[in-house]
Amino acid sequence: MPKDSGIGASSKRREDVRFLTGAGNYTDDINIHGQAHVFFLRSDIAHGTINSVDTSAAEAMPGVVKIFTGADFEAVGGMPCGWQVTDKHGDPMQEPKHPVLAHGKVRHVGEPVAAVVADTLEQARDAAEAIDVDISELPAVVDMKAAVSDGATKVHDDLTSNLCYDWGFVEENKAATDEAFSNAAHVTTLELVNNRLVANPMEPRVAVGDYARGTGDHTLYTTSQNPHVIRLLMGAFVLGIPEHKLRVVAPDVGGGFGTKIFHYQEEAFCTFAAKACGRPVKWTSSRSEAFMSDAHGRDHVTKIELALDGDNNFTALRTETFANMGAYLSTFAPSVPTWLHGTLMAGNYKTPLIYVNVKAVFTNTVPVDAYRGAGRPEATFQLERVIDKAARELGVDPIALRRQNFVTEFPYATPVAVEYDTGDYVATMDKLEEMADLSGFEARRKASEARGKLRGLGVNCYIEACGIAPSNLVGQLGARAGLYESATVRVNATGGLVVMTGSHSHGQGHETAFPQVIADMIGIDESMIEIVHGDTANAPMGMGTYGSRSLAVGGSAMVRATEKIIAKAKKIASHILEASEADIELKDGTFSVAGTDKSLAWGDVTLAAYVPHNYPLEDLEPGLEETAFYDPSNFTYPAGAYACEVEVDPDTGKVTIEAFTAVDDFGNVVNPMIVTGQVHGGLAQGIGQALLENCAYDENGQLLSASYMDYAMPRADDLPFYQVDHSCQTPCTHNPLGVKGCGEAGAIGSPPSVVNAVVDALQSAGKDVTHIDMPLTPARVWAAMQG
Amino acid sequence: MAQVSMTVNGKAASGEVEGRTLLSSFLRDTLQLTGTHVGCDTSQCGACVVHVNGEAVKACTMLAAEADGAEVATIEGQANADGSLNVIQQAFQDHHGLQCGFCTPGMVMSAAALLKENPTPSEAEVREYLEGNICRCTGYHNIVKAIMAASGQDVSSIAAE
Repeated sequence: MPKDSGIGASSKRREDVRFLTGAGNYTDDINIHGQAHVFFLRSDIAHGTINSVDTSAAEAMPGVVKIFTGADFEAVGGMPCGWQVTDKHGDPMQEPKHPVLAHGKVRHVGEPVAAVVADTLEQARDAAEAIDVDISELPAVVDMKAAVSDGATKVHDDLTSNLCYDWGFVEENKAATDEAFSNAAHVTTLELVNNRLVANPMEPRVAVGDYARGTGDHTLYTTSQNPHVIRLLMGAFVLGIPEHKLRVVAPDVGGGFGTKIFHYQEEAFCTFAAKACGRPVKWTSSRSEAFMSDAHGRDHVTKIELALDGDNNFTALRTETFANMGAYLSTFAPSVPTWLHGTLMAGNYKTPLIYVNVKAVFTNTVPVDAYRGAGRPEATFQLERVIDKAARELGVDPIALRRQNFVTEFPYATPVAVEYDTGDYVATMDKLEEMADLSGFEARRKASEARGKLRGLGVNCYIEACGIAPSNLVGQLGARAGLYESATVRVNATGGLVVMTGSHSHGQGHETAFPQVIADMIGIDESMIEIVHGDTANAPMGMGTYGSRSLAVGGSAMVRATEKIIAKAKKIASHILEASEADIELKDGTFSVAGTDKSLAWGDVTLAAYVPHNYPLEDLEPGLEETAFYDPSNFTYPAGAYACEVEVDPDTGKVTIEAFTAVDDFGNVVNPMIVTGQVHGGLAQGIGQALLENCAYDENGQLLSASYMDYAMPRADDLPFYQVDHSCQTPCTHNPLGVKGCGEAGAIGSPPSVVNAVVDALQSAGKDVTHIDMPLTPARVWAAMQG
Repeated sequence: MAQVSMTVNGKAASGEVEGRTLLSSFLRDTLQLTGTHVGCDTSQCGACVVHVNGEAVKACTMLAAEADGAEVATIEGQANADGSLNVIQQAFQDHHGLQCGFCTPGMVMSAAALLKENPTPSEAEVREYLEGNICRCTGYHNIVKAIMAASGQDVSSIAAE
C-alpha cells in the first residue's frame, strides 16, 4: 500500500498552488521603489582589442543615470574561480583574470563592454545604441585542438598558452594501463564529441541590487541555486563587502540545471551600481543574452580505448579528452572535466586499470561549466558507447558483455579514487529487461520494418557520484569551498516547525519533501512544518543545490538538527513527566514513559520550552531551536540501466523515440512522485542532447545558436511517455536517510542509449555505421547512412 | 505615450503606455500581474500565454495598444471563485505537471485554450498543441498526462506516479 504521508508518500507539492495561480515570487517579480534598470552592451566580436568606448553621446540621452565601462571596475576584484586543478606535473592550472566589464580586450561574443543604467529599460537600451565602441578584431580561437597547437593566437596574453591544464588521472596508473593495452586480446577505440549545450532554465537570469545608505547594507536579489556561495564569492573576492553587510536572496527560481550555481558579472555589477548610483539597479536577461552569457555545458572531444582479454573481460581503459573552458574560468569549470568526470570512468564495471588524460583549453567562446550531470554524462557517454562498439566488434550481446563485467561486491574501490558503498547492477538490469520487454524487441523490429522504418534498441548503464561531498576530500582535490550543508530547525511554542535550509529549491520540491522526513521523525502532520530557503538573512551558511545533493546532504543536516530537537524535547518531557530521560519515547507526536500510561503531547513540550514555568532551568536553556552542519563521509552512487527504442526513417534520417525505460537505484525514496518527475526531466534533457540540441560557433567565434529559433529545445512532440522505475533500492550506507540523489540521473543515463539505439537500427539495415556524433539530426543520420 | 483600457480578469484596467510597450510588460509592470512570465524574445517559449478575447495569445508578441478595449484573461484569474484551483490547475498539481513553475502559467493558459477547442484531445493532439510552450523541467510527460486528465480522460494506464 502506498503511504499517504511521510517518507515514501507521493505527497502533492504545496508549492504548486502559488505557481499555478500566478502567485510565485521570482526575482523579476521584485521591483523596489526608485529602481533603475541596466542594459549591458555586449561584444559582438569574439576576440579583439578595445581601442575606445565613447559614452559621451549616450550620457546625454533621456533617462540615463550613469554609464559604466571596464575602467570603472579596475579597483574591483575579478570574477573568482572556485576550484584549482593541479596538472599532471604537479603545477597549478593557468588562471586568467576575469573582469566584471571587459577591459583592454574582448574575448567572447556576449562579453559585457559597457553598462547603461537608466530610469527605464527602454531608455537604457536606447542609450546603449549611442555608445561608440571601437574594437580591433583579432583572430578568434574556436577549435580546441587548434587552440593548443604551436603558434595559436592566445586568448590571454599573460598566460603561456591556451592550455589551462593537462591533467593525468591516475598518473601512477599510466604505465600499467599502457602495458595492459599492449597485452590485450582486443582493443576497441572510439573518437567522439560530447556536444556543447546551453542549460536554458525557462527563467532567464535576473539580478536586483539594493543599497541602504543609512546602514551601509547591501542586498542582492538573484536567480541563484546557492545564495550563500554568491555572498561569499562576491563579497570577499569581487566587491570587498563583508558578509555581515551583504544579504543575498534567491526567491522562487525558475529552474537552474547548474547554470545558476555560478557567480556572474551581472550580480556583482548590480550590487556595485546600486551604491554608485544611489538607487536600486535591476537587470533582467533576455533569452538572447542568456545564450551568450549563461555558462554553457559539456563540449568535450574524446578518444577512448577499451582493452579486453580473450574472455571479454575489461582489462584497461584509456581516454584522452579536450575540454572547452571558454574564454574565462567560470566558478567551478575546472572541476567538471576532472574530478566530476575522471572519477566516474570505471562506471559499473570492474576494469582494473584506468588512465584519464584531460586537456582543458581556453577558446573565444562563452565560459563552460557544470550543466545537469556535469562531467558524469560525458564519462557515461564515452564509456557506454565504447562498450557497445566493443560488443559489436566481438559479436557478443551488449547486455551480456556489461553483465559479465559488472561490479558485484561492495564496497568497491575503483582505480579512479572513489569507493562505491553499495549498489546492485544486476538487479537494475534484470528489472530493465523485464520492464522494457526486451525479449519482445525482435517482434517490434519486424513490425517497424513492415512500416518501412528501421527499429533499433540501445541499452546502457550509468553510475554517478552525487551528494557532493566530503569537505576535506574536495579540499585536497582543489575546491576552494567546503561542501557540507546546514539546517536550522526552529520549533515554535505552539508546536509548528520552521526549517531554514542551506539547500535551495528551484523546482525540486524541497518545500514538500523535506517536511515528509520531519513529519515521520516526530510523528506530526506535514502541514506543521515549513521550509525556508534562499535567503542568507535566514538560513545558516549553506552550500546550495547542485550535484543531486539536497536531500542526501541538506536533508541529512535537517535530520541531525531534528535529532537534537528531539533529544532536548525528551529532556523537557522527562522533567514534566518526572521520569528518567532514558524511558521517554516519542511516537505519533506524543511523549510517553515506557511501561506506563503517562504521556505528553508534542505541543505541551514545545509550549513548555517557551513558557518554562515547570522546566529544568538549572540544567537546560529555554527554547527549542537547533542547527546542524552535515559533512558527508563519501559521495553517494546512484546507478541504473536504461533502454531506448528508436525508429529511423531511412528516407529522411529522422529519428523518433518509440519507447524509453529508465530503471534507477536511488536508495531510499522520500517522495516517489517527485523522484519520477526528476527522472522525466533529466531524460528530456538527455534525449535533447542526443537528438536535438547543439550550441554552435562558426570559425570566427560567432554564436550561431543564440535563440530558440536556432537552438532546438525539446518540445512535447519530440518526446514519448517514459517508463520509470526506482524499486531497486540499495540504501546509501553513510547518510541517515539512506538516500542517493535523483536529479541528474536521467540526463546522465539517456544519451548513450539513444545513440546505441540509432547505431543498432542502422546496422540492422546493413549499414556500416559505428558512431554518429550528437545531436543525431536527420541530416547527420541520413549522411551516415549514405556512407 | 498613449492611454489604453482593457478588461483583465473581469476588471477594468488602464494605463499609459509607449507605442512599443508589449502586452506582457503592461500586465507585469503596469498592472503588477506578474504571473505572466517572459522566457524568451522570439515568441517561442509560451511562458507568457494569456487569452485575448478568448484566444490564446503570446503576450510578448502583442502590443499593449493592440489590446485596447479587449477582454484579457491571465493566470491570476483562473482559479475558481472560492479561490480553489480550477480543473486544469488541479490536474497539474495532482499529476505533478510542474516543477520550477516558470512555464506553468503559459502551460495552463494554453491547456485551457486547447480544451476549449478540443474537449478530449489525444496524446498526439496535446503534444502538437504544446509546440509553442517549452518546459525544461518536466520532460512534458506529466503535463500531457495532466491535460488529458483535466479533459476527463482516464490516464491511469499512463506510466506511474
